[in-house]
Amino acid sequence: MAFKEYRLGAAMVGGALGLSMTITLFMPSFDLRSAVSTKMALEKQLSAGFDIGFGYADPLLLGINRPITVDLETDPKTGAKLDPPVRAYVYKPGVPMPPNIRHPHDLGKGVQDLSEGQGQITAVSGSNHKKGTQEGVVFTLALGEFNGEELSYIENASVTKGWTPDATLAAAGDKNTHLISKGKTEFVVQGCWWCHTLLPEQTQDWQAFGAPPYLGDFNGENPTAFGSDRKAPDILHVASRNSSREWMMMHFFNPRLVQVNSIMPRFDYLWGDKDAQGNTIDFDKWRVEYKEYSEGKRTYPPEVPDYAPDSEIRALIDWVLSLK
Amino acid sequence: MLLKYLSAKNEDIPPGSAAIFFGFSAIFWFVVGTGLGSFNAAKLAFPDFVTGTELFAFGHMRQVHVLAVIVGWISMAFAMTMMYMTPALGNTRMWSEKLGLWTALLWNVGLSSALISLWIGITSGREYSDFAWPFDLVILFGVITPLCVNVIMTIAHRRTQGIYITNWFFGACTFMVGIVLLVGNSPEYFHLTGLSEAYLTWWNAHNLLGLWITPVAAAIAYYTIPKLTGNPLYSHRIGHMHFWSIVVFYSTPASHHLMSSPLPEWLKSFASVEGVLILIPAVAFVANILLTMKGKWSMFVENIEIKFSITGVFLAIPLNMQGGFQQTRSINWFIHGTGWIVAHAHLALLGMSTFLEIAAVYFGLQQMLKRKLYSLALANFHYWFVLIGFCTYWISMTIAGLIQGAGKIYEVPYIDVVIAEHPYMIARWIGGTMVFTGNLVWLYNMWMTARVGTLVPDGRYAHELAYER
Repeated sequence: MAFKEYRLGAAMVGGALGLSMTITLFMPSFDLRSAVSTKMALEKQLSAGFDIGFGYADPLLLGINRPITVDLETDPKTGAKLDPPVRAYVYKPGVPMPPNIRHPHDLGKGVQDLSEGQGQITAVSGSNHKKGTQEGVVFTLALGEFNGEELSYIENASVTKGWTPDATLAAAGDKNTHLISKGKTEFVVQGCWWCHTLLPEQTQDWQAFGAPPYLGDFNGENPTAFGSDRKAPDILHVASRNSSREWMMMHFFNPRLVQVNSIMPRFDYLWGDKDAQGNTIDFDKWRVEYKEYSEGKRTYPPEVPDYAPDSEIRALIDWVLSLK
Repeated sequence: MLLKYLSAKNEDIPPGSAAIFFGFSAIFWFVVGTGLGSFNAAKLAFPDFVTGTELFAFGHMRQVHVLAVIVGWISMAFAMTMMYMTPALGNTRMWSEKLGLWTALLWNVGLSSALISLWIGITSGREYSDFAWPFDLVILFGVITPLCVNVIMTIAHRRTQGIYITNWFFGACTFMVGIVLLVGNSPEYFHLTGLSEAYLTWWNAHNLLGLWITPVAAAIAYYTIPKLTGNPLYSHRIGHMHFWSIVVFYSTPASHHLMSSPLPEWLKSFASVEGVLILIPAVAFVANILLTMKGKWSMFVENIEIKFSITGVFLAIPLNMQGGFQQTRSINWFIHGTGWIVAHAHLALLGMSTFLEIAAVYFGLQQMLKRKLYSLALANFHYWFVLIGFCTYWISMTIAGLIQGAGKIYEVPYIDVVIAEHPYMIARWIGGTMVFTGNLVWLYNMWMTARVGTLVPDGRYAHELAYER
């Protein structure tokens, strides 16, 4: 074995693989790092919070330890009227911080400066982002100017306005509370994204599914869950097309109620055992009555039960309706 | 039976034990994976089939099918072939048969628990790397790393002078897939977000195909075809061109999976050009194998392993023609996100790759068990059911994809596309069920081979013996 061909070969494999990793990983990282968060990205990041996938705070993906989104009509501290209502993102004690609080650089130039300066997000950035803070934080979005350019940035309302998580949740009330982060968890767990993509295509989707996303529309999102196999309409902007909670309810319970030819599965199991009034939902009876309806023996389909406020379907609909 | 060797001394373990363990595990996971596929397809054709239960909802089952087939069937079949081809090509024994057996055991246990956790909804939400990251670590360090060490050490301790092309692929690919899993899952380990996460998800998915599934499947054919026909490989040099162009060209076009995302345009253009260059290894491989068959084409009819192998090589032709061109902007515009892609993915995994692996598992299990295949009739039944089932699936999904693409371009209301696709969804389900049925028969056939197959005398190959049934 005078000629050690494997030595040369192994070095060449390393070189070839290294070159391809340089081009496909190292070089694009500069482009991706320079992306500046848009308002859409900030909204998505604050409402979804830290990684939706498996993690320490929510290992079974039950939607626990997640931020809560609220619309405030009154100031939680002063009680003054807020017009128009302000959307706030409540991180209770122990809820992991959104990713870019720990890594403000990823917010992008300008947004980082404004969020750290006027937004005062550095007040929480030292804390453990995976375990959350002891007192909890309330974030809002604000509009500022950087080098003559108008940019949305993250504001730490707990510092700038003195809003505490409990007072904020109490001021909003259940009607104005949106469990968007828990809803996105449901979106991932129930596999909605195997059919509904979150990526309108650049070439032809403007008419049907709305504008394709821009470079900065994803900062701080994990998982992005674009989806690859579009067996159903793209839903990145679905709430702009249809914002009816009743329609969503019927469609999730049994899609054939509103679209006879739909191949979407029924998600009636997300209602849980009890309805909004605390009565046990009789799924068997519902199915029997629906079968009669679909066979033409009934004029109207059975009523879809109202969901309980802590049901999984409530969170999922909250998330879907946030997709403007 | 094999479990008793787990605590035996390495030199007391009969050669081929690990290959047999891996072989039967792979067939088992193939049955499970295609069964799940058939079940999922039924749900797409008839949405109220098994309804109202969270665990049997489509969104909980789909990814279990995909990963059972990739990590269970395909990757374990690869490990099986490595456990008998690598030592055979080095004229030696496996470096550690015992490590091989432990790898197979951990692989089965790890994969079962990972799939169950995925099934109940514990996921990272990233396609092709759906497992929660602790399971990714088990696969990377508990399964791929020991396999890589075993293969590379066996090659290092070979008693031949050169390294045959198959072993080049085995050594390099087991190493490269480890790098792919390490980098590709970094969004989970390090909580990367945004477009970086999206891009790395598809970087991982692309390179799993490009640096693991496609090249290792081809490497298997470089062994089985010359071995079974008795012809030497047409050209070892073309084989080397295949190897090098895989490493250089196939490892780069990850972003062609995200042509409509706002990734840098230079990256998408670069990926698209590199994607067309994949035709170089593809043509090299197909030409090399078909030229090796010279004078032995009657075996394509007579020999079941050659029948499977050559069918896989034939399927590589449309696979690579599609793969090379469908990712260019002008074509991707039409077919992106449609059933065409689903058809193409099955052409790669269930067509080209699976047919080559089935042949190698048939051949290897007979050699390692030293028993002649139980029944040729059942093997032919298996061949035709998998082939016809696959073609039904492939053709129906391709048509459905073209309908979807047209619907997309001409802005047809989406529900009309769903209605138009319905017959093809039924055809897809029938095709998938045929594949599943064929595999059940295969498992029975291999099980009976292990129990009552005719013993192969020392120094003979199983395919040299006549069938008794």
